[in-house]
Amino acid sequence: MKEKYWKKNIMYLRVLLTIWFISSFGFGILFAESLNNFYLGGFPLGFWFAQQGSIYIFVILIFVYVYLMNKLDKKHNLEE
Amino acid sequence: MDAQFWTYTLVGITFSLYIGIAIWSRAKSTKEFYIAGGGIHPVINGMATAADWMSAASFISMAGIISFLGYGGSQYLMGWTGGYVLLALCLAPYLRKFGKFTVPDFIGERYYSQNARTIALICAIFVSFTYVVGQMKGVGVAFSRFLEIPYDSGVIIGIAIVFFYAVLGGMKGITYTQVAQYCVLIFAFTVPAIYLSLQATGNPIPQVGFGSKTLDGVYLLEKLNLLSVDLGFDKYTDINRTTLINVFFITGALMFGTAGLPHVIVRFFTVPKVRDARISAGWALLFISILYTTAPAVAAFAKVNLINTVSNAKYTDMPDWFKNWENTGLLQFDDKNADGIIQYVADTQVNELTIDNDIMVLANPEIANLPPWVIGLIVAGGLAAALSTAAGLLLVISTSISHDLLKKNINPNISEKGELWAARISIAVAVVAAGLAGLNPPGFVAEVVALAFGLAASSFFPAIILGIFDKKMNKEGAISGMLTGIIFTALYILYFKPQLGGSGLPENYLFGISPEGIGTIGMIINFIVSLIVSRLTKPTPEKIKDLVESIRYPK
Repeated sequence: MKEKYWKKNIMYLRVLLTIWFISSFGFGILFAESLNNFYLGGFPLGFWFAQQGSIYIFVILIFVYVYLMNKLDKKHNLEE
Repeated sequence: MDAQFWTYTLVGITFSLYIGIAIWSRAKSTKEFYIAGGGIHPVINGMATAADWMSAASFISMAGIISFLGYGGSQYLMGWTGGYVLLALCLAPYLRKFGKFTVPDFIGERYYSQNARTIALICAIFVSFTYVVGQMKGVGVAFSRFLEIPYDSGVIIGIAIVFFYAVLGGMKGITYTQVAQYCVLIFAFTVPAIYLSLQATGNPIPQVGFGSKTLDGVYLLEKLNLLSVDLGFDKYTDINRTTLINVFFITGALMFGTAGLPHVIVRFFTVPKVRDARISAGWALLFISILYTTAPAVAAFAKVNLINTVSNAKYTDMPDWFKNWENTGLLQFDDKNADGIIQYVADTQVNELTIDNDIMVLANPEIANLPPWVIGLIVAGGLAAALSTAAGLLLVISTSISHDLLKKNINPNISEKGELWAARISIAVAVVAAGLAGLNPPGFVAEVVALAFGLAASSFFPAIILGIFDKKMNKEGAISGMLTGIIFTALYILYFKPQLGGSGLPENYLFGISPEGIGTIGMIINFIVSLIVSRLTKPTPEKIKDLVESIRYPK
């Protein structure tokens, strides 16, 4: 039972940290130059990810994680 | 009423507020002194963490650096926010469950070794001390530039205030003053930004205005690109391919360093439950992101304003603020071709204007003609940012000495009362030492901050992550990993930083990585060495495996 909880936790981390990596190191740095050919209003897209978008995504990721883990705690009866 | 009046008034009000909070929140036990009693509400802790984290550099210097680097400044924006995702997902909840007072505490217990604890405690003190000297310098600078108080007296006033609330209240006093300081600094940062955004684009939200059209119908960033190209600079939003690898590694070092900085990690010991630690990291980043998404907007608005004001304008036509800032040395005009006109261009042979990064935030209200109270607000905000970070760092130094060194190493039988006194005395000594170092700041303070992040990334981060996620990680692995990580990173920085006496040349950088980014490599080395050594040496004791098992579950 507890093992399942931990495995699920690790799976959440994998998915969320992949998004974390792609939105910052990926869109904000490695692919930023190609993304700069597209625009979001006045922002070249790569530049937007590097100076705005990645930060918004970071905040969302943490709140999603909190939501998922609170649900998982409840399911496995591990709430404090 | 002029700017001077407003500055005195606002700084006076905010300082009285901090002192009032300190008297109200005195610490009565070591638990209150170290972790504020452990009952802080997650939103309050998030706010305190945000103030703890955002230093004089975030408030005063960052927007200016971005202003001059354009896209290149992104490494600071992503680097100093992305670490919170790692903190929230991989560190904070488990360390909260572990439930002790300090980071060396965790390292010492998890790796069942006084040596590991000692290495961690030396790192914690070194990292925190280098960082705190920079904050003291920020306080002195803010006072001397705006209040016409000598730099030294400014530092002494700063020390006195921090001394008062840190010695009295410990973590409890620091937490509540940090909440007040967050409110002051975020208000002080966003108000001028809203003004700037309205002036430039008619949109009150800087994050949106930044990507909007200016009043003449051209997108602000496009305008900035055109202006930059006209003056011979790279386009503001363009990505310089040759430095991209370095941007990647610097971003990494800042992120992993953030997640390994003891003064940030200990904040998560102050909330009651594991779920509070998780959500608290979310609130912290939300509060931080308000400043971090506004800063690049301020950078762009300020750059356009500056170019429009000074470029190809007559020196004699310059407004008052230009002369004022010239007197401080932050702005220097050298009329090379003696035509009385300011040439601000990329070509250093022709360029006549030298601008300090800090001016973009400090002089913004004057450049944009904002009301005088905004100037006072900026000063109060800068001081709040410097003092809140300084207090958090000083607490780490004091707990490392009174708890990790004295209680856990030298005299385990010390009474609760004795330990509390030891904590008070060591924070008092730390405040004074930091102040003295701030009075005679070594010229390389800024350079040493790179070292602080590099060391945090290459020492604590891997040791904590492996301590939680790898049951097989033993003391041999962790200690050898920490040592190789720290030694590699420190030597690389010392060798390649001319300010620290290094003789290395940038051409010889490993994979083109500058000292600021080498912490990422140090971290990878730490991980690899730890994993290899741990698999070749004695397995972890069962008792420790049970400890790891227990921190993985909230109940």
